[in-house]
Amino acid sequence: MSKAFFEIIRPGIHSTLQDLGRSNQYHIGIPFSGSMDKRNYLISNKLLGNKPNEAVLEFAYQGPQMKLHSGKASGVITGNVNFNIIRKNSKIDKGICYETFELNDGDTLDIMSTNKSVYGYFSIKNGFTGEYFWESCSINTKAKIGSNNGEKFEAKQKIYINKKESLSDHKKVNYLNSKIEYIRVLKGTNFNFFSKKAKEIFFSSEFEVSKLTDRMGMRLEGPKIENFVETNIKSEGLIKGVIQVPTDGNPIIMLSDHGTIGGYPKIAVVISADYDRLTQLTPRSKIKFKLIELKEAENLYKLYEIETKNILNQIR
Amino acid sequence: MLKNILNLGDAALYCDFGNEVNRKTNLHVITYFKTLQKLNLKGITNITPSYNKLIISYDVSIIKFQELKEEIKNLKLIQIKNNEEKIVKIPVCLDDEFSLDLNRLSEKLKIEKDKIIQTFLKKEYFCYMTGFIAGMPFLGDTDSKIRLQRLDTPRVKVPKGSVGITEQFCNIYTFESPGGWNIIGNTPIKVFDKFNQKNPAKINPGDRVAFYKINKDEYLKFNE
Repeated sequence: MSKAFFEIIRPGIHSTLQDLGRSNQYHIGIPFSGSMDKRNYLISNKLLGNKPNEAVLEFAYQGPQMKLHSGKASGVITGNVNFNIIRKNSKIDKGICYETFELNDGDTLDIMSTNKSVYGYFSIKNGFTGEYFWESCSINTKAKIGSNNGEKFEAKQKIYINKKESLSDHKKVNYLNSKIEYIRVLKGTNFNFFSKKAKEIFFSSEFEVSKLTDRMGMRLEGPKIENFVETNIKSEGLIKGVIQVPTDGNPIIMLSDHGTIGGYPKIAVVISADYDRLTQLTPRSKIKFKLIELKEAENLYKLYEIETKNILNQIR
Repeated sequence: MLKNILNLGDAALYCDFGNEVNRKTNLHVITYFKTLQKLNLKGITNITPSYNKLIISYDVSIIKFQELKEEIKNLKLIQIKNNEEKIVKIPVCLDDEFSLDLNRLSEKLKIEKDKIIQTFLKKEYFCYMTGFIAGMPFLGDTDSKIRLQRLDTPRVKVPKGSVGITEQFCNIYTFESPGGWNIIGNTPIKVFDKFNQKNPAKINPGDRVAFYKINKDEYLKFNE
């Protein structure tokens, strides 16, 4: 019995398989990777009754157009996404996010765009077939690691589904992707490399997300943040959410595929609870930072987890 | 010695071993790194050693900063023995087509090209850390006579396998990547192999490394 698969007609801008990412490899230069917006990723798998870490197709801005062959499958799309299902007989069904749908042999899924956000998730019952490196199939295009030889998907490629018949019960959940007014941060380890005035500017100004933003990092434009101690430090480890200020004074936020070490001063670090929403900020969005304390960040993360759990528990 | 433990965000510990970059300080970092690898403490998701810092990432839903900080402060270190670490031998071809910046080095340092190569090959190096790109080793220290700043404008693409030097350090580009180090040669060996998931990096923090010269013929035949 041959496996069911999707044939990619149009790959979209950056379509990759992602799961919860790989840990314990920073010391050899391999970051976590994994889905950028973890909550939307988890919801997509839960709606189909998949394992929480099943491989999901993540797309950015414009998603793929892909046709199902040799099987049937239930799928779901999460995020804020415009998509259609083009049936074999050319009838078009408008897609609804957070609600499972069925695809038959010859049906085409057309993921047109994410709406006022960057990432969306397409999950399929039983998951896509990934290749695993350090217990994760997440594609890291920089290190060429993960499924598909570590490359994003191209036209004419096939993405296999783990089972031929992959149907699940019809499920949906109400979820609204909320906007965030401030990105909350903690002081970075080089906070005192920056003058009082530079810090004031950092916390009172609006920055704009630049076009040079991808899964590795988010570059910001706005007032320059001046450093009065040293514009380079001895290279040291990085984590996602770190905001580095290079010599030119334009902050860069490290995202999931970031380089594992770097030598620019760290002014601040985005709190874990705000990471999902940070990654969904599109180029030209405005961004403001708010400084909070560690205890508050820990409490906010607890809250974030409870919220996630509540949403997942609504799906039965 | 471990001087201070700070938080880096809400999901990582920043262990500060001072500002010096030398083998002694780095060995302290690596001792903590290896001890933690062995202990496999609950909640730790990543440990990143560098010259004089160690960053420990953790899962905030399992453990919090204060609790992990106490554990690290009271850690019973496993002593690693300095000189019994293995020596990794790396073949390097230094022909003109690979030694992209040897002319620049020779001009700026006012030393003959052969002399630079000789000086480079004579020393044994120490791996301070690996990273930035997968498996890239940061080695030191180069002879003080051949130290130079990085290129003013970094290359957009440094070929895979390139061996570069800058300041007191030396590295190997495990992938084609942008970079600004002074390239003096190229190694045919796989310094990073993702298919060897147990030991993907040929050179690891704490290893000793020696380079030996091969010619173009040997370079081409190396992987046959």
